[in-house]
Amino acid sequence: MTLQEGHPAMYSNKVVDFGTPVKRSDNTVTVHIDGKPVCVPEGTSVMRAAVEAGVQVPKLCATDSLESFGSCRLCLVEIDGRRGTPASCTTPCDDGMQVTTQSKKLAKLRRGVMELYISDHPLDCLTCPANGNCELQDMAGAVGLRDVRYGYEGENHLVQEKDESNPYFTFDPTKCIVCSRCVRACEETQGTFALTVEGRGFDSKIAAGPTNFFDSECVSCGACVQACPTSTLMEKSIVDEGQPDHAVTTTCAYCGVGCSFRAEMQGSEVVRMVPHKDGKANHGHSCVKGRFAWGYATHPDRVKQPMIRKKITDPWREVSWEEAFEYAASEIKRIQAKYGQASTGGITSSRCTNEETFLLQKLVRAGFGNNNVDTCARVCHSPTGYGLKTTLGESAGTQDFDSVDFTDCVIVLGANPTDGHPVFASRLKKRLREGATLIVIDPRQIDLVRTPHVEASFHLQLRPGSNVAVMNALAHVVVTEGLESKGYIAERCDMEDYGKWKAFISEERNSPEALEEHTGVPADQIRGAARLFAKAPNGALYYGLGVTEHSQGSTGVMTIANLAMLTGNIGRPGVGVNPLRGQNNVQGACDMGSFPHELPGYRHVSDPAVRELFGKEWGVDIQPEPGLRIPNMFDAAVDGSFKALYVQGEDIAQSDPDTQHVQKALESLECLIVQDIFMNETAKYAHVIFPGSSFLEKDGTFTNAERRISRVRKVMPPLPGLADWEVTVRFAEALGYRMNYSHPSEIMDEIARLTPTFTGVSYTKLDKLGSIQWPCNEAAPEGTPYMHENEFVRGKGKFVLTEFQATPERTTRKFPLILTTGRILSQYNVGAQTRRTQNQVWHDEDIIELHPHDAENRGIEHGDMVSMQSRKGDTTMRCIVTDRMQPGVVFTTFHHPESGANVVTTDNSDWATNCPEYKVTAVQIRKVASDKGEWQQRFDAFAQQQDLLARQGFAEDSEQGSK
Amino acid sequence: MEAAKLVGMANQIASFFATEPDRPIAVAGTANHIQKFWEPRMRKALLQAFDAGGDHGLHELVVAAITEHRAGLEPITA
Repeated sequence: MTLQEGHPAMYSNKVVDFGTPVKRSDNTVTVHIDGKPVCVPEGTSVMRAAVEAGVQVPKLCATDSLESFGSCRLCLVEIDGRRGTPASCTTPCDDGMQVTTQSKKLAKLRRGVMELYISDHPLDCLTCPANGNCELQDMAGAVGLRDVRYGYEGENHLVQEKDESNPYFTFDPTKCIVCSRCVRACEETQGTFALTVEGRGFDSKIAAGPTNFFDSECVSCGACVQACPTSTLMEKSIVDEGQPDHAVTTTCAYCGVGCSFRAEMQGSEVVRMVPHKDGKANHGHSCVKGRFAWGYATHPDRVKQPMIRKKITDPWREVSWEEAFEYAASEIKRIQAKYGQASTGGITSSRCTNEETFLLQKLVRAGFGNNNVDTCARVCHSPTGYGLKTTLGESAGTQDFDSVDFTDCVIVLGANPTDGHPVFASRLKKRLREGATLIVIDPRQIDLVRTPHVEASFHLQLRPGSNVAVMNALAHVVVTEGLESKGYIAERCDMEDYGKWKAFISEERNSPEALEEHTGVPADQIRGAARLFAKAPNGALYYGLGVTEHSQGSTGVMTIANLAMLTGNIGRPGVGVNPLRGQNNVQGACDMGSFPHELPGYRHVSDPAVRELFGKEWGVDIQPEPGLRIPNMFDAAVDGSFKALYVQGEDIAQSDPDTQHVQKALESLECLIVQDIFMNETAKYAHVIFPGSSFLEKDGTFTNAERRISRVRKVMPPLPGLADWEVTVRFAEALGYRMNYSHPSEIMDEIARLTPTFTGVSYTKLDKLGSIQWPCNEAAPEGTPYMHENEFVRGKGKFVLTEFQATPERTTRKFPLILTTGRILSQYNVGAQTRRTQNQVWHDEDIIELHPHDAENRGIEHGDMVSMQSRKGDTTMRCIVTDRMQPGVVFTTFHHPESGANVVTTDNSDWATNCPEYKVTAVQIRKVASDKGEWQQRFDAFAQQQDLLARQGFAEDSEQGSK
Repeated sequence: MEAAKLVGMANQIASFFATEPDRPIAVAGTANHIQKFWEPRMRKALLQAFDAGGDHGLHELVVAAITEHRAGLEPITA
C-alpha cells in the first residue's frame, strides 16, 4: 500500500479548531445553535458548542489549546433574552440557550472589526508564508470584507524589523494583530512566561524580553508559533519551502514522553513537524527537539551504503547489501565455530521500534543460539524493571501522564523534567500553578525548584548517592508519626513483609536526624516534606535516572514503591510511581524481551513453559541460562571469551561509562556490526556497517513512559534502501534462520500472540484508537491507563527492606568533589541527532558546572578551561560557576563525544542490574592552560585516522566504479 | 572474567539481602539473584574464586549461598 492509497493516518492540513478547550463536567446542558440542538458538558463555551453543531463562528484570539480571552470581538453572537452581542468564546452555555451566530447586525460588526485589523496589516498575501493557512486571511473572507474605508496611509506598524534570532522561526511584528495567543501559549501551554504584551493601546506589541527571542527566556518549544493566527511567528522551514500538502501522524523519536506529531509533508519531504492535538501523551504540545530538531534525518552525514572491513585499521569498503549480509553472517559463523556459540551477542536500542527490538532479540536467541542480548535500558532504567517487578509485580510505571491533572502533591526525585521531559514538565507546571504542592529531591537546584508561578515547598538538596537514605527517612517519619494509610496497607499489601519492613524503617538509624550526616539534608525539612506528602489526598512520585543510575539504583526504586504503598498512593488517577524514561522506547525495549534473562513480557528464560512457547513459534530450542548484560559483555570481551557483537542504534563507545574500558573491549572483538544512521563513535571500532533508517523512514511502534504504544509511520523511503527491520530479517536469513514478515504489523501480531499483556494489540486497533496503553487484552480491550486498580499485579504489594549503603566511590583528598552527570534541553543523549541540527546554537560543547566556593578555592573563573580527573581518567572542558550546584558537587553532560565525560565515570554499578553508577564519581578539578587533555588528544588522532580510512575506502570504490 | 570484580558484585548483592532478619531467606535471596541474573561464565568464575580457597574476600552470605545452593549456581550442562 502506498501512502496515497488511503493511509489510515493521513489527514489534510486543516485541523478543526474548537476555539476553547474541552470542559470536564458530569453535567450536560443543551443549547440551540441557529436552531440546531447540541448537548455539551456544563461550562463549555458557546463558541465550542457552535463548532460541535457544525458552525464555525469567526474568531481570531481564540484557539482550543488556550483559555478564552475575549479580545478580538470577532466571535460576537446574539442570544435570545440577552442584551447586546456577547463574545461566544467567553460565554458559557446555559441549558436551553438559543444562539444566533449570523445576522445582518453581526455581519456588520464583524466587518467593522476586520476593517480595523486590515487597515494596519501588510497586504502582501500572495507572497506571505502563511498564504493558504492564515486565519486573518480566512476571517477577512468569512466576514466578506471588501473595502477598508480608513486607507492605509495613517500611523501604522508596517515598518518594523523582523526578529530572526531563533534558528527555527521568525517573528515579524508587522504581521502581528496583538491577539495575545503567543503570550498565552507561552504561559498556559508551556509555562515559561517568556513573552509579554508591552505598551498599551496603539503602542501594544509582543515582546520576548528586552532584546530578542534568542536572548530571552524562550525555550523554543514552538507553542507560540503554533498558536499564532497569522505569519507573525512562522517556521523558517515554511518560509523557505511553502505550505505542506498532506500530513501523516507519527511519534517523536526523542524522549520517553513520546509526543504524537503530524509530519507535514510536501511529497516525501517533511516541511514541518506539528504536535498532534489528539496525541494522548502531549495534547498538542511539543519541545524544541521534537518540534524543530528533525533535520538530522536528511543530514549529509547519513550513512547510506553498507560497508565492511577485516580489521579496524583497514580502509572501509562500500558493498552491496547482499555482500554485507554474507560477510557479517560468515564472520558470526566463523567466530562461533572457533570460540563457541556464547562468544556472540547483540545490543538493541531504546531508539529503535518495538518491532526492531523484538526482531533483534529473536535473532540473538534463535539465530545466534544464545541469550546474550541486552538493551541500552541496561544503563538507564533497568533498576526500574527490577524494583517495580519485585514490589508491585510489573516492570512499568503505574499511571498515564493525564494523571498529573488530579494530583495534589508531587515528589520529583532524581529527574529534571524541564530539560529531560519538557512536555511532561509543562503539564506538571500547569498543575502546580493550579495549586498542587511540590517536593524536589535533587543535588542540584533544577529549574522546577523555582520557576515562574511555581515554587517547591521543599527542595531536599541531598548529596549524590544518598537517595535511599532520604527516602528511608521520609518513610520513617510517615510510619513513626502514624501518617501511613493503614486501611490501604491492610487490604492491598503482604502484611508479613510489611511487619518486617515497619520494624526496620522505624529504627532510629533510619530517622532523618540519624541519616543527616549522609544526606546533608536538614532533618526538619525531611520531616516537613514527609508530612506534606502523606497528608495529601493524592500524592504522586516522578523519578528519573538520578534514582536508577546508582550502586543502589534498584533499592532506590523500591523505596519509591514502598513510600507509594505506605501512603496509599497506587491504583487511581492522581497518584502512582512514575518513572520518566530517558529515550523514546525505553519501556518498549524492556517489554520486548531485550534483557538477557527475560523473554518478551518479562518472563524469565529459566521457565520451561515460556521457553517452549517461544521455541515452538520460532522453531528452535531457547537456552535456559541468562545471557551477558552489556557491562558483562565488555568484561567478557576483554577476557577473550566474547568476540562478536551486533549493535543496533546504540553508541556504546560514547554513552557507556569508563570509556577506556569500553574501547578496550571493542578493540578485542573480531566482528563488530554497527547499524546506525551515522558513523557514530562505536562505528570507529566496527567491521561491518549496516546503514540505519530514521523514524521517518519506517513503520513500527514506540512505547512511552506511560506504557502507551503509538504508531511510527513511514513518511519517506529509507535512505539506505532497507528499513531497519528488513535489515535484521535479511541478516537472519544469511545466517540460515528464516523470518517471514512482509510488514512490521506482522511482527506486532507475533508479539501479541506470545505476550499476555499485548494480546489485544494490533496495527488495526492502533489506527482506530490512536494509541494503546498495555496491558491490552481480553480483560482490558482498550488498554490500561493506570495499573494495580483493585489489586497489585503480583497479588499483594511487597514492602522490601531497603537498607541505605553508601556507594563504594568515596571522595578523598586527591578526589574531593563528586561529579554527577545529566542532560540539558536542547541536546539529546549522545547528541548524534541534535548535534546535527541547529540546536547546536544553544549548547555546542559540554560544560562543567561548579559552585562558586569550589571555584574560588581553585582559582577558577567562569568560562575557564578545567581538567577533571577521576580514578578512571581525565578530560578537559570549559566550566561555568553557578550556585545551582551545592559546594562539593560538580555536574556535566555527555552530549559531545570529544568532551569525554564518560572517560571519567567508573565501572561501579547497581547491585541488582549492573546499571552503571553515572551519578557519582569522585573527581578533582583544576584550571589548565590547554583546551584538550591526553585522552582527548588520542581521541582526535583516532578520529582522524578513522576518517581517513573511510575516505580512502570511498576513493578506491569510486575509482573501481569508474573503471 | 575478572574474579575481583565478580566478588565485588556478589558482595553487593549479599549486602542488600543482609538486612533480611530471616537468614534462610537472605541466603536463598542471594543465591537466587546470582542464579537468575548472572551468565554461566560469570557464575563459573565466581565458583572458581570460591573453590580456590584462601582469602577470596566473599561476603559471608555469598559463602553461605554457594555452600547451601551450589547446584543451582553451577552452569546448566546440556
